[in-house]
Amino acid sequence: MVMYEKTAEHFGQKYQNLPEGHLLVNLGPSHPATHGILQNVIQIDGERVVESESVIGYVHRCFEKLGERYDYNQFLVCTDRMNYVSPPLNNIGWILTAEKMMQIQVPERVTYVRMIISELSRIMDHIICNGIMGVDLGAFSGLLHLFHHRENIYQVLEKLTGARLTTSFCRVGGMERDIYPDFQKEVKMILRGLAPALDEFHELLIRNKIFNDRTKGIGGISADDAIAYGFSGPNLRAAGVDWDVRKDDPYMFYDKVDFDIPIGDDGSALDRTLVRMEEMRQSMRIIEQLVDGIPEGAYHADVPHSFLPPKDRVYHNMEELIYHFKIIMHGIKVPPGEYYHATEAANGELGFYVVSEGEKSPWRVHVRRPCFWYYQSFPQLVKGGLIADTIATMSSLNVIAGELDC
Amino acid sequence: MKESVLSQLNENFPNFLLPEAKVNTNLFHVSLKPEGIVPVVKHLKENFGFTFLNDLTAIDWLGKKSPRFEVVYLLKAPKSQHFRMQLRVPVEEGEAVPSITSVFVGANWPEREVFDLFGISFANHPKLERILMPDNFVGYPLRKDYPLEGPGQDYLIEDLLTLHIQEDIV
Repeated sequence: MVMYEKTAEHFGQKYQNLPEGHLLVNLGPSHPATHGILQNVIQIDGERVVESESVIGYVHRCFEKLGERYDYNQFLVCTDRMNYVSPPLNNIGWILTAEKMMQIQVPERVTYVRMIISELSRIMDHIICNGIMGVDLGAFSGLLHLFHHRENIYQVLEKLTGARLTTSFCRVGGMERDIYPDFQKEVKMILRGLAPALDEFHELLIRNKIFNDRTKGIGGISADDAIAYGFSGPNLRAAGVDWDVRKDDPYMFYDKVDFDIPIGDDGSALDRTLVRMEEMRQSMRIIEQLVDGIPEGAYHADVPHSFLPPKDRVYHNMEELIYHFKIIMHGIKVPPGEYYHATEAANGELGFYVVSEGEKSPWRVHVRRPCFWYYQSFPQLVKGGLIADTIATMSSLNVIAGELDC
Repeated sequence: MKESVLSQLNENFPNFLLPEAKVNTNLFHVSLKPEGIVPVVKHLKENFGFTFLNDLTAIDWLGKKSPRFEVVYLLKAPKSQHFRMQLRVPVEEGEAVPSITSVFVGANWPEREVFDLFGISFANHPKLERILMPDNFVGYPLRKDYPLEGPGQDYLIEDLLTLHIQEDIV
């Protein structure tokens, strides 16, 4: 196996100094249970984990450097590739940051659609997390049962954005195009199918005795420790802290919709799974409140200097042609200043910190990735447990390599 | 909240505070000398409920400001309507910043990330090593003088040719 020089040397020395009867086990970089390229070198004594070390950076693409070169709309494609299980949430987080910096007010229609897509993406992400967790613990049926509904969400995204995974949803100032005529109908169809499927999934997997035994009290963390490590999102709420950016620091119309925040008890793998289950139901509640009330109107704000004009008008009108040329060649100008904007992504607080010097590209982009903060607690979470439980802990944390390494 | 934090800091740490930087930002911010970061963070955590380290990163101001770098801490006080506060620590190239891992365990990886990508070292950090880039990487990618384009480094090819398998393991 190929390892970086110093890392190899480090683990080589560690190997040579192992106490009698201890063993070094490599979990990753390419392991079926890591679901992404990340490595854990775990020292075990029999079945017990003595200590573990995480080696990350295998998927590092330095998007923060790319952000200093791309303009604000171009950076959107980088955000697709961060948390690739729910890309629209990253897209929306980024676009909201840029719009806040430029003080663009988007029409209500846009915000409604963005919120619906956000919540659908959250459901998509949690289906993967909870489903895959079952797969890692040996129960395949749950994932397949829900995957059908995830596919339906993908089809909506495909019709809306033209892509399934690299959605690049939204543009600064609005959406790339308007929603298609059957959008509301299809979203309601998804909800109708998903509600019973979630209950069945709950019966099938979470009420299963083997699953309960494997996850109850495993990989737990106290509320204080979770806060100290910078946990956020479902993992923090599972530890019993009721923080949700959607409630505490509302963006879009989250202060106008009605939803609850589920919280857990001991922050164990089972609690994390249950919190995610309930969050899916709450997301459905939010969508139900919005889907019928999407207001009529334009799908973008009236900001010709930053939103590309429709193509047919570009070919026939001089004004539009000029704007098209200006935006493509010179990009969007964002006033100088610094901005930190946080949104609640599927894994927690996704923050974009942008430093603008008034140019086409930001001077500095920094992404506060929820995974990066909570994954550093992994050695503490698995210490003293069984090696099989590390799998349950890692799956329940939902570590996404693309987001972790950025 | 802002006024009480400012007056408290002025009272307790007059030597560590720097004159307010002219930054156009949505965040309440205070500039500090590097040596003041640990006591100030500790004071804010214990007395004002800034228990959550929200973000930690750095900015390279090459050619724009002096000192060249600014390490930026973002603290959140969950009990006061999730009030956020930014601490800015300007540092010159080669200068070390004290690590705040003794106050916030979670600062461990973010500080390593800043060290890895900017080359700013943190004193008293438990394990200050590269985290995202390979250990034998040369240079610091997020510095402004690191080229955006070019041939890159072919360090990995050599690594691939000489597999690092310890002989005795085999």
